[in-house]
Amino acid sequence: MKHHDIMPAGQVGRSVPRLEGRQKVTGRAAYTHNLVLPGMLHAKVFRSTIPHGRILSIDTSAAAAVEGVHRVVTGEDLRAIVAEPYFGPAFHDQPALALDKVRHIGEPVAVVLAEDPYIAAEAARLIVATYEELDAVFDEVEAMTSSAIVHDVLKPAGTFPDLKHLVGKRDTNIALDYQLRRGDVDAAFASADHVYEHEFKSQQVMHTPLEPMVSLAAPDGDGLLIHTASQSPSFVRIEIARLLGWPENRVRVKVPYLGGGFGAKLYIKLEALVAILALMVKRPVKLSLTMEEQFFTITKHACTFRIKSAVSSEGRVTGRRCEVYWNGGAYADIGPRVTQKSGFTAPGPYDIENVSIDSYALYTNRPPAGALRGFGIPQLVWAYESHSDMIARDLGLDPVEFRRKNILREGRPHATGTLMHDAEIEGVLEKIAERMNWSAPFDRGEGHIKRGRGIAIAFKASISPTTSVAIVTIAADGCASLAISTVDMGQASDTAMAQILAEVLGLATEDIKVIHPDTDVTPYDMATLGSRSTFHMGHAVRLAGEHARRQLDELAVSLGYAPGAAYAPRDLFKKKYGMQAGNIVGVGSYIPDYTSPAPKTGLSDNITPFWMIGGTGVEIEIDTQTGAIKVLKLINAADLGLPLNPKIVETQLSGAALMQYGFTLFENMLFDEGQLTNGSLADYKIPGLNDIPPVIENHIVDARQTTGPFGAKGVGESATFGVSPAIANAIHDAVGVRLTELPLTPESIFNALRAAKSQAGKA
Amino acid sequence: MDPSIRKIAFTLNGQKVSAQVESHINLVDLLRRFNLDGARESCGQGLCGCCTVLVDGVAVSGCLTLAQLVDGKSLTTVEGLDASGALSVVQQAFIDEGAFQCGFCTPGFVLMTHQLLETNADPDEHEIRDYLAGNLCRCAAYPEIIRAVKTAGDRMRAIST
Repeated sequence: MKHHDIMPAGQVGRSVPRLEGRQKVTGRAAYTHNLVLPGMLHAKVFRSTIPHGRILSIDTSAAAAVEGVHRVVTGEDLRAIVAEPYFGPAFHDQPALALDKVRHIGEPVAVVLAEDPYIAAEAARLIVATYEELDAVFDEVEAMTSSAIVHDVLKPAGTFPDLKHLVGKRDTNIALDYQLRRGDVDAAFASADHVYEHEFKSQQVMHTPLEPMVSLAAPDGDGLLIHTASQSPSFVRIEIARLLGWPENRVRVKVPYLGGGFGAKLYIKLEALVAILALMVKRPVKLSLTMEEQFFTITKHACTFRIKSAVSSEGRVTGRRCEVYWNGGAYADIGPRVTQKSGFTAPGPYDIENVSIDSYALYTNRPPAGALRGFGIPQLVWAYESHSDMIARDLGLDPVEFRRKNILREGRPHATGTLMHDAEIEGVLEKIAERMNWSAPFDRGEGHIKRGRGIAIAFKASISPTTSVAIVTIAADGCASLAISTVDMGQASDTAMAQILAEVLGLATEDIKVIHPDTDVTPYDMATLGSRSTFHMGHAVRLAGEHARRQLDELAVSLGYAPGAAYAPRDLFKKKYGMQAGNIVGVGSYIPDYTSPAPKTGLSDNITPFWMIGGTGVEIEIDTQTGAIKVLKLINAADLGLPLNPKIVETQLSGAALMQYGFTLFENMLFDEGQLTNGSLADYKIPGLNDIPPVIENHIVDARQTTGPFGAKGVGESATFGVSPAIANAIHDAVGVRLTELPLTPESIFNALRAAKSQAGKA
Repeated sequence: MDPSIRKIAFTLNGQKVSAQVESHINLVDLLRRFNLDGARESCGQGLCGCCTVLVDGVAVSGCLTLAQLVDGKSLTTVEGLDASGALSVVQQAFIDEGAFQCGFCTPGFVLMTHQLLETNADPDEHEIRDYLAGNLCRCAAYPEIIRAVKTAGDRMRAIST
């Protein structure tokens, strides 16, 4: 691939303020949340109260009798429009409303439609369902062998070749078993000086976008118009068209700004239900979830990770076995992709000759889990970077020094066999060590206030292969519009993409109009996920701009300009058409090269188009009398190539780190026999201003992605990776106790201190 | 006629208005009827601050305020801050410091910052954190928000002296 250097236009690399800033500070930015259509009905969902059971009856008569109720709909009613109303990106396993069975508490069972949302909500409370209760399974490890089977038959979608072997498989909760085998891991353990084995657990948490999930569908001629707070408009169109048996062009999907996404609004969520309902009642139907309902809709995987390492007496890791169990909840969503696409990075950014990975996607009777800012990576890093410190400390090695001995360096093969390029693992590690002043003496506190510090480094591969398409239109006055299906959910993609186009066309970023996703107008994009847009859509936008530019150059020559001579585009149009008329349209399409992993070994010589590298350093303080923990300093560093917009990149780094900070210290979905007991912001705390560390630093490590647009690559997730283990490592550094389950609450610290004390008393 | 419906009159961003409102609807619902979307219901429990509205100059959670209770009051929503055509000092500071990402919580933060700076022209970082602790930003643009409040305070003091 060729280099795409910064051009003299100076648009790329400039800290342009967000293009939509004025709309956002005045409260006038468009969100699906705000949308009202004439004749619209509000939908309110009635949900399952048991974790697993066969539906015996649903009595909707009382709800239907409420004045103002337009209609009450059950799963069986949906079959009049779609015979098999099951959707999903990896598996077609999720019904728009429960059909034969319910599989988790909170699953949609029926829906009330009314013009007044208060009436819909009131009526939904009058629905009564009866069930034959079935045994349920909630734990991911138990799900491996449980007699409680969540889905009788596996139903993988046809889209992924590596899921084909699962078609029709019965009586298992294992939705995907991914494996990687490199070298001879058993021999490595047999000949090792030291063997370490640990188990780590991550808890189930929720994205909590402040704009709760919302979709609105309206009949539109002989088609359907869906307004939705979605990160993947192209996928919604394809999936709704598949369900209805329609060509894609009868389904139009529009997405304005999103009030947060973080992976919650990916693939397909509420869209199938509102689409079917709108066709059923021939009116617009809007479904707006409450904050509580979001907890039932999509979450982050709870995870158990067993990691075992063979280590030489000098501290070189020679072999590593990883067993990862992902709690996918009742529906697969994108869990099987998390299992594989993140699974292969489970050994960490280390140069290890012998590796074995088994990664399992498991169905349980919990709310479904999917992608959340990192696509499984933070759960893996939590384990392997805690494990790194435990090994280093046991061997008496400095944790930074231990990592220096083992990190993957430029040109070395990753566990898949792919050679590492443009991956500043070392740069990230050294930046954190430098900013932590690691080699200097450290104040360890006094009395019952103890201080400690910890670090963690990590990497992630970009999900591959995926496609982005962009269309640029030059108007006769020379201005440019950019039509893309990338969703701006706060990451500032509008601004970054406008910067790239402005750079190519020699315009000012502020003068570019970015057209928001509208599948009638904006071309295909796989989705806004996994920090892929900067690289993939960035290339597509660059190519579209270059295509337009070439046509302008050719037009100039055809009109008598000398090749290479300067021109104003508006003069070309005027000369060509005799007036302000005409357009030039540039198209760019991008898909990177990729080699699928071999089925048995998981090996590939080209597993990803780019690597994201992130690391964290923290200094903390613990009150040993209470277990209270304060993070005094949070240092984030990442290799994101060259930053397209340094200021916005910084906000992405600290924002990602602070989100993971909540997942590390307090966020936790609590269940009692499958019943969520803290599904509200009153009981499920997310970070506020008083929770965040007093000192936060963000560092863009000196790097360039040689294959990226203008040297750039994605950054939205990188600062999440290291937060949890860095804090756990610091806790151990401060008070000598090792926590292996998230979240790291004062209570768990206090209990660990007490246990350590009673252990010491016995000894 | 439904006895729960009452006519209320109030001042909305400087204009005298009236509405027929049912007893159960809240302030966010009421503002929707005036096509004002800046106050948004998110958590529905008065914990996130997305629905912040100033009632007689005091910030309230719109989702927990019954609409009929604003009879005779004066309301300021985020849409009222740039009535003159120019952004308020606080709004401009939020843009300049990049103090938001998705923007969904931003109107609440902007209104609370206005109220803070009216009572305390030069808040220190601790006071800023404490005052805005009832507003949540899931994108966690908190460091930038703290800077924006300081910048707005600096600029307002420069104007008034």
